[in-house]
Amino acid sequence: MTNSTTTAVLDRDGLSALVQALAAQGRTVVGPTVRDGAVVLAEIASADDLPFGWGTEVEAGRYRLVPRDDGAVFAHTAGPQSWKTYLHPQRERLWSAERAADGHLSVTEDGSEQPSYAFLGVRPCDLRAIAIQDRVLAGGRYPDRGYRERRTGAFLIAAECTEPGATCFCVSMGGGPAADSGFDLALTEVLDRAGHRFLVRTGSEAGEEVLSGLPRHPADAHTRNAARTAVDAARDRMGRAMPPVDLRALMGESLEADRWDDVAARCLTCGNCTMVCPTCFCTTTEEVTDLTGDHAERWQHWDSCFDVDFSHLHGGPVRASARSRYRQWLTHKLSTWYEQFGSSGCVGCGRCVTWCPVGIDITEEAAALHDELTDRLRREKQKETER
Amino acid sequence: MTVPTLAVFKLASCDGCQLTLLDCEDELLTLAGKVRIAHFLEASSAVTPGPYDLALVEGSVTTPADAERVREIRAQSRHLVTIGACATAGGIQALRNFADVEEFTRAVYARPDYIDTLATSTPVSDHVDVDFELRGCPIDRTQLLEVITAYLAGRKPDIPDHSVCFACKRRGTVCVTVAHGTPCLGPVTHAGCGAICPAYGRGCYGCFGPSGSPNLRALIPLLHRDGMDDRAVERLLRTFNAAAFDKVGKEVRS
Ligand code: SF4
Ligand code: SF4
Ligand code: SF4
Ligand code: SF4
Repeated sequence: MTNSTTTAVLDRDGLSALVQALAAQGRTVVGPTVRDGAVVLAEIASADDLPFGWGTEVEAGRYRLVPRDDGAVFAHTAGPQSWKTYLHPQRERLWSAERAADGHLSVTEDGSEQPSYAFLGVRPCDLRAIAIQDRVLAGGRYPDRGYRERRTGAFLIAAECTEPGATCFCVSMGGGPAADSGFDLALTEVLDRAGHRFLVRTGSEAGEEVLSGLPRHPADAHTRNAARTAVDAARDRMGRAMPPVDLRALMGESLEADRWDDVAARCLTCGNCTMVCPTCFCTTTEEVTDLTGDHAERWQHWDSCFDVDFSHLHGGPVRASARSRYRQWLTHKLSTWYEQFGSSGCVGCGRCVTWCPVGIDITEEAAALHDELTDRLRREKQKETER
Repeated sequence: MTVPTLAVFKLASCDGCQLTLLDCEDELLTLAGKVRIAHFLEASSAVTPGPYDLALVEGSVTTPADAERVREIRAQSRHLVTIGACATAGGIQALRNFADVEEFTRAVYARPDYIDTLATSTPVSDHVDVDFELRGCPIDRTQLLEVITAYLAGRKPDIPDHSVCFACKRRGTVCVTVAHGTPCLGPVTHAGCGAICPAYGRGCYGCFGPSGSPNLRALIPLLHRDGMDDRAVERLLRTFNAAAFDKVGKEVRS
């Protein structure tokens, strides 16, 4: 972060120039783009690949792409991927080993050569999610080497939210639609009679440098106000909210709740929620050998607490039931994450709600657990007074 | 070091799964140097008698003769792996389990009295102990190589029991159910194919059979929502792994 923030206005040509400038630095530019009926994240060659004129309609277990007349480019909500697709990829080789004819073993570690990314259109919730994964994967005593390299080299361009979706609830998780920190550049899309443009703010030296090379306009008061108003309005238009209670305490008190059976009956244990979650980090490692047995590799790939093999110890899985697996997910996200990493594991992006095939809603489950607990405490109190 | 022997056997099946072995073109020469192929009729009529170190068994048990033969195969094999939906779940021919086989033979054959068949098509594991079951119709080439490589290295094969959704998300596919309202059996189907169908915009039709923890009861309302009636759901579940999905359904109902 720099102390001085530069603010300017980019028009559509400015946005195109931004993509070109980042590519000219040798970066792989990744941004939102339309594919197979959704806004996905992918490498983009130019700003033309961005989803101009596309919005989204989402609900629990439902996602639809809808055209927009206004030509907005950042008016969509979270798709099935998050930036972890790039920073913490689903499959990564950690090392490989060769056995020579004389039996000599040589091991080569992977991870030092990593692409230099520029991420265009990082939502404020996702900035917070990246900060969480930084603590999990790059902090601590045993940082993930590949992650750290990719993360250190990445250039982040935030896109503040002006069109929150029906499954968004970042405000109730202590966040909001504004980007406060953790970016190199932050954009706010403004669409009015004065035209389609982006208020841009710098958040780092690298951001200053890139902005200084772009065709831009001074940040006029009208654009500033319009941007501020749109983001403020988004704050009040969240589709959902977490119950305003101490979630850590709630989870701790709810380990034997009946609600876990209820949700387990609906849950497919398909793992979609953890795969789409921008903070879920769990992986497993797989040893690969070839037929000769002289070449071996270790690969790391995404795993999930919904995978029955995930807790497989000698004799069988520890979390065999769907009840125990859903409970692990929710209690980890909302409670034990604090003990481990000093924050909640949920930023309220809504992906797990939208992309759960059966539409299981984390906010609804938390609310139901809260109701059950309140009920139980009331009954216990009643018994106490009756005694 | 003695070279382990490999034998491939076939019961009631279409041969597609054992063809997968021949389809491992790049690895075939290396494999031939690592095992001695002792019994593989699809590749060679030269047969050496057992016992065999590694046996791959394709096909389901549908006749009294095969029920006997599979016991002999087991007795001849140190490590027995069943391959494919037929061998692991009874295959599409297990549709007979829901019907009257005698009626079928009367309708199909001019001389039904020549036909000596069982009333059911059952997986090999219903008859003998099996060391590993590799699913799929047909099996996946990479998974087959993994099973053989793991056997040679003396380790467990890395074949996860989770659902197709895991592979689908890792692959970066847009969920066809959530984004298009297309019925998909991925959430209850065993991974292994690499989630091919959703990547081409169509729903999974369950050719790898049930996953390690299928929740059919939770999925069926979704299939109804996306336009399938009871009959269509039944047909979707009654293909290559009909008997296995039926068993899961019964467990759900009981
Ligand atoms: S909560 Fe939904 S997405 Fe997550 S495992 Fe259960 S059914 Fe799948
Ligand atoms: S738990 Fe759900 S809402 Fe929270 S960060 Fe993960 S995907 Fe987003
Ligand atoms: S919720 Fe599950 S998959 Fe996500 S980080 Fe926690 S244990 Fe891992
Ligand atoms: S398309 Fe099918 S397999 Fe893929 S995530 Fe959706 S339900 Fe699962």
